Amino acid sequence: MSLLKALFRHPSGRIGATIVLVYLLLAAMGWIGLTPHDPLAQNRIARLQPPSARYWLGTDLFGRDVASRLMTGIGQSFLIAFLSVAVAASVGTVLGLVAAWFERFWDGILMRSMDILLAFPAILLAMLVVAVLGPGTWTSVLAIAFVYMPIFTRVVRGPALSLKNREFVDAARTFGSSTGYIVTRHLLLNIVAPLTVQVTLALAWALLTEAGLSFLGLGTQPPAASLGVMLSDSRNLMEMAPWLMICPAIAIMGGILGFNLLGDALRDILDPKTRVARA
Amino acid sequence: MTLLSVSDLHVGFGRDPEKSEVVHGVSFDLAAGETLALVGESGSGKSVTALSVNRLIDFGGGRVTRGTILLERQDGSQLDLVGAPEAELSRIRGAEIGMIFQEPMSSLNPVKTVGAQIGEAFRLHHGLSGRAVTSAAREALERVRIPDPVRRLGQFPHEMSGGMLQRVMIASVLACNPRLLIADEPTTALDVTIQAQIMALLAELRDETGMGMIFITHDIGLVAGIADKVMVMRDGRSVEQGALGAVLDDPQHPYTKHLLHSVPHFAHGKAVRCDGPGADGSERPAPALKVDDLTVRFNIKRTLFRPSQGNIHAVERVSFDLLPGETLGIVGESGSGKSTTARAILGLAPSSGRISATGQGLRPVQMVFQNPYASLNPRLAVEDLLAEPVLAAGHRFDADARERMHMLLDRVDLPADSLTRYPHEFSGGQRQRICIARALMLNPSVVVLDEAVSALDVSVQARVLDLLVDLQREFQLAYLFISHDMAVVERIAHRVAVVCRGEIVEMGPSAAVLSDPRHSYTRRLIAAVPNIARRRVHFDLDTSQVPSILHPAGWEPPEVRWLEVGPGHLAREEVA
Repeated sequence: MSLLKALFRHPSGRIGATIVLVYLLLAAMGWIGLTPHDPLAQNRIARLQPPSARYWLGTDLFGRDVASRLMTGIGQSFLIAFLSVAVAASVGTVLGLVAAWFERFWDGILMRSMDILLAFPAILLAMLVVAVLGPGTWTSVLAIAFVYMPIFTRVVRGPALSLKNREFVDAARTFGSSTGYIVTRHLLLNIVAPLTVQVTLALAWALLTEAGLSFLGLGTQPPAASLGVMLSDSRNLMEMAPWLMICPAIAIMGGILGFNLLGDALRDILDPKTRVARA
Repeated sequence: MTLLSVSDLHVGFGRDPEKSEVVHGVSFDLAAGETLALVGESGSGKSVTALSVNRLIDFGGGRVTRGTILLERQDGSQLDLVGAPEAELSRIRGAEIGMIFQEPMSSLNPVKTVGAQIGEAFRLHHGLSGRAVTSAAREALERVRIPDPVRRLGQFPHEMSGGMLQRVMIASVLACNPRLLIADEPTTALDVTIQAQIMALLAELRDETGMGMIFITHDIGLVAGIADKVMVMRDGRSVEQGALGAVLDDPQHPYTKHLLHSVPHFAHGKAVRCDGPGADGSERPAPALKVDDLTVRFNIKRTLFRPSQGNIHAVERVSFDLLPGETLGIVGESGSGKSTTARAILGLAPSSGRISATGQGLRPVQMVFQNPYASLNPRLAVEDLLAEPVLAAGHRFDADARERMHMLLDRVDLPADSLTRYPHEFSGGQRQRICIARALMLNPSVVVLDEAVSALDVSVQARVLDLLVDLQREFQLAYLFISHDMAVVERIAHRVAVVCRGEIVEMGPSAAVLSDPRHSYTRRLIAAVPNIARRRVHFDLDTSQVPSILHPAGWEPPEVRWLEVGPGHLAREEVA
């Protein structure tokens, strides 16, 4: 709770948190069907209509309401982003802790594999994974998780290595604390702050990668809506119906902006130096 | 003729320096060839005052808000440094006001040779070049009595010891012939024997060059050997200043009296405790900790490009007994293996030999570490910190444990509401009290205190020592007290073991060892301890090299013969 309060006191945190909350609200409404129209219902009469009182953001080539599709699309894109980052963060964190705790052989194996993964551009690696597993919502979750996992491993391993040699870990060893206790309470607890920041930033990248995959037809499959699918659909109609492109584009941009602002604010708030100043 | 005249100096920090003032109106004068000692505990404003003199404080976010700092310059003119422009100040720093810091290692660039770094001063300030720079640098090293200066010039900082590095720092500062030298705790990071030599060197150099010196220290025992005048500071004010003799012999302010009398000063075995087990004629109990032939060796691994170099013999056949209610002090200089001994006893370092401890608990030996800021996890509340040993021992954290936690918190004088607070909300002394309470949670019979009070201010140190003595009596604890500080060891230890290069060289009752040391190393160590009773003792500069503790694989130390020089007082026989 105090974290939320601190977020709303922070200037960019306030904007970031508001954007993310609005998106989450829209996504939730899209999920439970609280949309102005059915996002999948086609209407031959009302094709490519510009924004109006009836269709707030216009309609697409099949006469589907863009506003409704945008809401479900945000829901779909956020779901994939959150799930993939959750997987990436948990697997990456565990691998980072393993590398730091065992050092030597495991550190070498794990970190060199992560280096190889990091050498590929994100979207290329994600495409590779989808090419192997086949397109779809769940495979894009896995692909995006796989791509961003090495970053978490790196973010965790560095601090964990230095924390491991701190005196309080030595002290814990003299009490006979178990490895599990030391790793979770003494290492992980002290890495939560950089990890939280990394999660918000990764959410922004995951959103973008998901849009990219769907745009290329490798992620969410039509007729289901996602921000990338909507962009892809608008490709040939850019001049005739610019709202088809502008709406999802702005939605993607706004989402990334929101997560980035949130991440920056969290970095300020969770920094122990400024924490002391606040206390 | 006054070289420096500071009057009514006010220094503040932050956006509103007038409000957050830390130095409130300090005045002093310093003549050429004179030494002023600024004495105070951390937070007293002594460093801020000194850093204000050359206006380095501006770079630390501070500002001189009021007062004047008049410096007599080389050409005889006077300049008020408070109003001087930065360009003028940067010419004065180095050329006229030199400064040496506490940590010589972090003041030197690790990737440049010592010669290059000293040479830089000559290049910049004297416009020398080429071979002239090298010979000037060599002379500078000779001036600070560094043996074999030509070889030293080509070395990197990591190849030299702390004492040598501090000499290099002094040499490079003196390269510009400053009229005023500010020394900010220049010996705090060094061993006592090295400290004595740096002090002797500074005094000699001051007499040679006739420069004025401001010497900052927290240890009032140190100033006796060097200062002409003393200023005692507390909370940003000067509480007492005057000539050395007047301040030390006839202190006026209660705080000066406190510094002189209530904090531990080394008294050559006259201030030892005499409440050890068996002191009242009762039978000596069975030992709580028995250590036999403890040996720790670190193998220097063979790498692709380097053949095996052998073993570091960090601790070599250390044996001692420790009785319940008794304190064994382990003293020695850095690198002597005293901390490794502690870590080996706790199982933190691989060792051979026998360690047996008796006690009811699962883990009868507990440890308190040196740095109270590093030994507490900053993300855990005090309650979780105290619960950890209990949980680690496989017990439930139940009402009994909770009761013990409250009892211990009360015993170490921490407020009852501490449990929900985090380590950063406590001062250094309070944190060390938390560490002590944590070590006692499992009801141990032995507590290893590894430099446990070394990081604390002198008056806090005295209170924590008193607390340790009380706890020892109450719980019949056996303490293994590891310290480099003779004065502290004298206060708390019943017996003392002196370690040198991983081996015990002398062991016995504190009163005997400290008043009548038999081994040459113990003698040297004790002779170097700063002491207020000592005025202007001359130290011979010792330039001998410490022999290495790196031995080829398979090397075994020669047999040791022990001489019993008094009741329970053993000293190693020295090969002449």
